[in-house]
Amino acid sequence: MTTMIAALERLRPVRRTRTTHARRRESLTALGMATPAVVLLIVFLVVPVALAFALAFTDARLISPTPARFVGLRNFTLLFQDPVFYKSLRNTAYFAAVVVPLQAGLALVLALLVNAKVRGVNFFRTVYFLPVVTSMVVVSLLWTFLYRQDGLVNHVISTLTLGRVDGPDWLGDPATAMPAIILMSVWQGVGFHMIIWLAGLQTIPAELYEAADLDGAGRWHRFRHVTWPGLRATRTFVLVTITIAAFSLFTQIRVMTQGGPLDSTTTVVHQAVHTGYDQQQTAYAAAISLVFFVLVLSVSLVQRFLTREKD
Amino acid sequence: MTSLLKHLGGHAGRVVLALVFALPLVFMLVSSFKPDDQIFGDLGSLRAFLPVGALSLDNYTGVFERVPAARFLLNSVLISTITVVLGILVNSMAAFALARMRWTGRKLVLTAVIATLIVPFETFALPLVWWVNQLPLLRVNGFHLEWTTGWMDTYQVQIVPFVANAFSVFFFHQYFQSIPKELDEAAIVDGAGWFTIYRRIVMPLSGPAVATVAILTFLPAWNSYLWPLMVVQSEELRPVMVGISYFFQLNVGWGQIMAYSSMITVPILALFMAFQRSFVNSIASTGVKG
Amino acid sequence: MVWRTRRLAEASVAVAAATALVAGCASGSGGSTSGASGDTLTLWTHNAGNSTELDVVKKIIKEFNGSQSKYKVKLQAFPQSDYNNSVVAAASARKLPCLLDVDGPNVPNWAWGGYLAPVDVSGSEVPLSDQLPSTVGRYKDKVYAFGFYDVSLTFFARKSVLNEYGIRIPTIDKPWTKAEFDSALAELKKSGKFDYPLEMGTGGLGEWYTYGYSPQLQSFGGDLIDRDGYKTASGTLDGKSSVEWATWFRSLVTKGYLSKKSGADPNKDFLAGKSAIQWDGSWNATKTAERLGDDLAIIPPVDFGNGPKIGGASWQWAMSSTCSNKAGAEAWLKFSRQTKYFVDYAKATSTIPATDAAVQQVDGYQPGGKFNVFVEFARKYAEVRPVTPAYPYISTEFQKATQDILAGADPEDALGQAAKDIDNNLKTNNYDAG
Repeated sequence: MTTMIAALERLRPVRRTRTTHARRRESLTALGMATPAVVLLIVFLVVPVALAFALAFTDARLISPTPARFVGLRNFTLLFQDPVFYKSLRNTAYFAAVVVPLQAGLALVLALLVNAKVRGVNFFRTVYFLPVVTSMVVVSLLWTFLYRQDGLVNHVISTLTLGRVDGPDWLGDPATAMPAIILMSVWQGVGFHMIIWLAGLQTIPAELYEAADLDGAGRWHRFRHVTWPGLRATRTFVLVTITIAAFSLFTQIRVMTQGGPLDSTTTVVHQAVHTGYDQQQTAYAAAISLVFFVLVLSVSLVQRFLTREKD
Repeated sequence: MTSLLKHLGGHAGRVVLALVFALPLVFMLVSSFKPDDQIFGDLGSLRAFLPVGALSLDNYTGVFERVPAARFLLNSVLISTITVVLGILVNSMAAFALARMRWTGRKLVLTAVIATLIVPFETFALPLVWWVNQLPLLRVNGFHLEWTTGWMDTYQVQIVPFVANAFSVFFFHQYFQSIPKELDEAAIVDGAGWFTIYRRIVMPLSGPAVATVAILTFLPAWNSYLWPLMVVQSEELRPVMVGISYFFQLNVGWGQIMAYSSMITVPILALFMAFQRSFVNSIASTGVKG
Repeated sequence: MVWRTRRLAEASVAVAAATALVAGCASGSGGSTSGASGDTLTLWTHNAGNSTELDVVKKIIKEFNGSQSKYKVKLQAFPQSDYNNSVVAAASARKLPCLLDVDGPNVPNWAWGGYLAPVDVSGSEVPLSDQLPSTVGRYKDKVYAFGFYDVSLTFFARKSVLNEYGIRIPTIDKPWTKAEFDSALAELKKSGKFDYPLEMGTGGLGEWYTYGYSPQLQSFGGDLIDRDGYKTASGTLDGKSSVEWATWFRSLVTKGYLSKKSGADPNKDFLAGKSAIQWDGSWNATKTAERLGDDLAIIPPVDFGNGPKIGGASWQWAMSSTCSNKAGAEAWLKFSRQTKYFVDYAKATSTIPATDAAVQQVDGYQPGGKFNVFVEFARKYAEVRPVTPAYPYISTEFQKATQDILAGADPEDALGQAAKDIDNNLKTNNYDAG
C-alpha cells in the first residue's frame, strides 16, 4: 500500500509534466492553425477599419494637395446636422425591419414546400436558389428594366386586374421605390435562407412528427409544437445573417436608384460610398461608417440579448 | 380527397413560385438573342419570355468586339478558384483550432472573428486601397525575385484580402462542433497530432461544409465589381463583372448587356445545377446551429 | 512532434507557394503602370467598350510609335462610367500613368490635387491659340490639358411637326424666348399626339445632369457658384434666378411636358415620335440627321433672359505630375497635335473639331454645312463649368438637387440645401492651396 502510494507520488510530477507538455503543444498547434486566418483578418480588415476610424477625425480627402489634419469632432458635428444622414438611417432601419421578417418568413414557407416528399422537389429547390447564384449587379440591372413604367411588372399587374390597375413608376416614385427594392432583394436572397431552414427542418427527428400524428394533431398544431421549437437554433442564424445583410444594403441602390427619388432609398452604406468615392470626402465617409458600426454593434448586442438561450 | 387537393394545392404553389423565381432570368437569356428594338417591343406581352421574332447571335458577336470577354472569364475563374481553395484551407484550420482545441484566448478570438461579420466591405474599401499599396510585394524580375512595394494592379490584390472570411470560419466552426470529440481523443491515444486529426479525420468528415463554403466564397469572388475597379488598371487583369460597365456608353446596347450577363451567369447556373443535389443536401446536412 | 510540425510547415509552404505563384503571374503586367518604365509610357483613356473613339487613340499611338524609335506608348482603356473613380483611386496610391485623358471640368480639381503637370506643347503643328477656348484646360493661368473636339447642346425637332402647330423655327440670330418655348410646349401638349412634348434625357445619370441643365440655369441668370473668387454658392445657386429656373423646370413635369425619368434611349424615343422636341448633345446629330434628313431642325438653346447657353469642354489629354518621363509624354502630346488627328477624332465621334483647319475638313461642319451651327453654338454660347477644384463636388450636389426637383422637392429647399452643402465643402477644404 505504502509502496503503491510512493510509486504514485513518484509518478505524479512526471505525469503532470507530460500533461502540461501536451497542453502546451495543443496551444501552440492551435495558435499555428488559427494564425493565417487571424493575421489575414487583421491585415485586410482590422487595419483598414482602424484607418477609417482614424480618418473620421481628420479632414482627409480623396484628392488634396495638403496632408490630412486632425479636426476633432467636426465631421460628426456636420453629420448630425445632415438631413440626408437621418434619411439614410431611417431607410436602412425600414429596409431591415421589413426584409428580416419577410425574407425569413418566406424562406420558411419555401423550405416547408420543398421539404415535402414529392417528386421534383430537387427541381424546385434549384429554381428557388437560382437568383442567389446570380450577381446582384446583373439582378439589379434586370429589375430596373422590369420595374419601368412600361415594364413587365406593370404589364403583369394590368393583365391580372384585367386592365383596371395601372402600375406606378416603381423606382421613380418615392412611395414605391423602397418597397420595389425590398421585393427584389427578397426575391434574390430568399433561396439561401430557404436552404438554411431546410437544414434545420431535416434535423427534426421524424419520431416527433409520428408522435404528434398519433395524438391526432392538425397541421398548424404540428408546426406550432414540433417544427417551430425544433428550429430554435436555425432561427438565430437566419435572423442574424439577414439582419447583417440588410444593414449593408448597397449594390441594389447604387445600380437602381442612387438613393433617389427624394432620398427615399438612400442608405447608410450608400451614403458612405457616395460621399467617400463620388464626392471625394474621405473623412466624412469614415465618420458615417464609424457611426454605422456603433449602431449595428448595438443592434447585434440587443438581438443577441433577446434571443439568448433561456436555460 | 382533401389530401389530394392539398397535395395539388402545394404543387400549384410550388409551380407559381418557380415561375416567379425563374422568369426574370429567362427574360435575360431570351432577350440576349433579340435586337434592342424587339426587346423593348416585347416588354408588353408574354413574348418577352419567349424566343420568338428575329433571333440571332448578333449580340454575342457584339460583346466579343467590345469586351475581351474570354480573358475576363479566365481571370475570374483563376481569381475565384484560388480564393476558394486558399479560403477553405485557411478558414477551416482556424475553425478547427477554435472548435476542437483548448487554448487560452480561444473565446476572445472567436468573438472577435464573429464581430467582424458586421463590417460591410464598402465602408473600408478606400482605406484598404491605400493600405494594400503600402504592402510589400515579391515579384519576378527577369530570372530573380525582388521585393517591391504596392499591390495595385495584380491578381493577388483581388485574392488575398478575401481569403480569410469570418463567415466561413463561423460556418466551419459550427460544423466541426457537431463532429463527436471522442474521435480526437481516440486519435490522440493512437499517437496522432492535432494537425493529423484535422487533416485525416475532421476534414474528410466535413465534405458538406467544404462544399457550402466553396460556393459561398466563389459567388462574391466571381461577382466582385467595386474593388477591381479601384485597384486594377490593366485590362489583362480585370474580372468579368467589370465588363458590364463597358456597355454603358452613350447608346446603351441592352441586347449586348443581356448577352454579356447571360455569358457570365449561365456558366455559374450550369455549375450549380450540375451540383445542385449534393450542394443543397450538403447545406441541409450541415445542420446549422446558431 | 517534429513530424507534426513538419506537416504544418508543409501546409504553410504550400500556401506561400500558391501566393507567390499568383504574385508571379501578376508581375508581368503588374509593374508597368507606374507612369513609365524607361521610355515606355503608359496612357489611360476612358474609352473601353467604345471602339469608335478608341480606334482613333490607337491610331495616333501606332503612328507615334512608328514615327520615332525612342519612345513607346502603351494604351490602357477604362470603362467610362467609372473612369474618374478608377483614376482617383489609382492616384491616391500614386499609380498614375504618364498620359491620361480627363473630362474638361475636372481639370482644375486634378491640377489642384497635384495629379497633373502643366504641359508645354509649343512647336507642335497646331498651336493652342488655334483651338476653341473651351477645348483648352487651364487652371491658375497654366495649361494642363487640351482636347481635340468639343460638343454642343442643342434641340432636335422635326420641321414638319413645328410647322404643323405653327411654331416658329428659331435661328441662331433669333433663338426662342422663354415665352415662345412655353407656348410651343403647351401647343404640342394640347395636340395629344406625344407622350411628352419635350425630351431632355432625364433618365441620364451623373455628369449629363450638370452638363445638360446647368446652362439653362445660367440662361435664367443663375449659376452653380458665385464665380467671383469661387468662395460661396449661397445667394447664387439658391438665388432668385436659380429658383425661377428650378420652378420652371419642375413645372415642365407637373404640366406633363417632360417625363421625370426618360427611357433607356431618349434619342430613339424622339426618333420614334414619342416626343416632339429633344434636348440632346451634338454627338447624336449625325444619327438623327440620317433618320430625319431635311426634316431635321437643329435648334439653338432657348434664351431664358440671360442669352442662350451651352456647356463647354469635353474630354482632354493631360500629363500626370508623377510622370517619370516628361520629355516622352510631351513628345506624344505634341505629335498628336496634327490637324489630321483633330479631323479623325471629330469624324469618329460626331463632335465639333477644335480648330478651324479641322472644321474645313469634316463633312457637315464646314461653313455652310448642316452641322456648322454647332461650331457657332460653341463659339457664341459656350460657358465653361466653374473653374474650381470644388467642381466635382458642386456637380454631384447639383445633380442631386435637380433630381429631387424633378421628383417634386420644393425648388427653394433643394437648391438651398445644395448651396449649404457646397459652402460647407468650400469652407472645410483648402481649395486655395496647391
